[in-house]
Amino acid sequence: MKRILIANRGEIASRIIRTCKKMGLETVAVYSEADKSLEYVREADWSICIGKAPVNLSYLRIDQIIDAALQYDADGIHPGYGFLSENGDFAEKVKEAGLTFIGPKPEILRLMGDKITARKTMANAGIPVLPASSGAVASLSEALKVAKEIGYPVMVKASGGGGGIGMALCRNEKELETNFASLKKKAEKFFANGELFIEKYVENARHVEVQVFGDSYGNVVHVFERDCSIQRRNQKVVEETPSPNLSEAGRERLCQLGVAVAKAIQYENAGTVEFIVDEKENIYFLEMNTRLQVEHGITEAVTGIDIVEWQIRIAKGESIPLQQKEIFRNGHSMEFRIYAEHPNTFFPSPGTIMVLKWGEGQVRIDTGYHEGDSVTPFYDPMIAKCIFHEENRKQCLEAATRFFRTTEWEGIQTNIPLFIELLGNDDFKKGQYTTQLLNKLHRRF
Amino acid sequence: MEIKATMAGTVFQILVAEGETVEKGQTVVLLESMKMEIPIEAEMSGKVKEILVAEGDFVNEGDGLLALEA
Repeated sequence: MKRILIANRGEIASRIIRTCKKMGLETVAVYSEADKSLEYVREADWSICIGKAPVNLSYLRIDQIIDAALQYDADGIHPGYGFLSENGDFAEKVKEAGLTFIGPKPEILRLMGDKITARKTMANAGIPVLPASSGAVASLSEALKVAKEIGYPVMVKASGGGGGIGMALCRNEKELETNFASLKKKAEKFFANGELFIEKYVENARHVEVQVFGDSYGNVVHVFERDCSIQRRNQKVVEETPSPNLSEAGRERLCQLGVAVAKAIQYENAGTVEFIVDEKENIYFLEMNTRLQVEHGITEAVTGIDIVEWQIRIAKGESIPLQQKEIFRNGHSMEFRIYAEHPNTFFPSPGTIMVLKWGEGQVRIDTGYHEGDSVTPFYDPMIAKCIFHEENRKQCLEAATRFFRTTEWEGIQTNIPLFIELLGNDDFKKGQYTTQLLNKLHRRF
Repeated sequence: MEIKATMAGTVFQILVAEGETVEKGQTVVLLESMKMEIPIEAEMSGKVKEILVAEGDFVNEGDGLLALEA
């Protein structure tokens, strides 16, 4: 591989370009009409407009993107996260065009992309999963029957869902009745797959995931865990590694389960296995993200591994660069996702960034936006990821607090005030938190 | 009066029908934008005179979604 087309935008396109440059690879950026003035477009060696602003007219146009790659003589495509990154048809067409898809095989994308078959595959491989419907539930009456057997609360999920979209928490029959039809419609619209299934909802759970790598020689390693329990609308906003308040035995078991999941499907390239950890440290498989994860930077901070470089090397046919016993973790790392949104309603706040002066201290900032850029309403409102790496968790919290207190912005709303509140919260400071923390905090905010 | 989109997005669900009576503050349309649902509420009580968009349409901020008459 000599030239890579990045089928993505913003901060993650910049992030991938950075590693390509380091490896001496040329890059091709694709952009929509709304993104033509963003920095990543200029950072790439070549760039090409692939359509209008709405994603179905640009970043989701498979043929257009493959044509761009062929036109610019790219020999590999990195999908980033979101958009087409977990689309098996895209990966297959990339392959058919004679190009390398930097990610797992198309059939693995399809297998893990369908939450029902992913669950079944893992249960058959002996991986613990939550009690759930045996497959898709066809009707509301069937849903009610299954939910009664499992016991409320339950989570109704779209089999094709992900990224926090396409699920509804139901605490009783009435809530299930209210949510079922609208969720089904949503699933059909967003994922072109109306299949829903029902899973037991665990109260006071933590959401902890394991970064794994597999190669074409059957090797699998884990690169430790990330705690992603700080969420709003089932979407992550803060992640950290190591996961606080996890016993050493629990941590080891979790990482080994991550490896077992990857081995069960002969996984190749970088992937993330998401688990639910309950109050007694019981661990259950939730889903696998078959791509580069948004929060990969905290793992890079504590291990020194360049995850994008490993993705490219494995896609080229190399074996995993390090063995498990050569992978170590140093210190503590924490990532805060800065969103252009109202800190109290969480509603998006698009607009022009008039002022953006990042705060004081040592921090890695992965961003696609700068002062003067506009956050348009077409894409996810995340504008930056601020990644802190210190010797310990306490120092991370202090560094983040100082940084956010000295950050200035105008023109858009951001969730930074919520982070300042979170950093002052006793449960968060102690590392004793679950996926409910932000909701609790938010009610008071 | 027209009920307008408060931000750009895709019309996800139209929750009322022409001729239907709505109350002030009632959610009449759901937009999908930036990975979230944005509820659009009626600014006054009245009857839905005309629905100006279809589900799946892309609308810009300020575009009319439906017309209400008192």
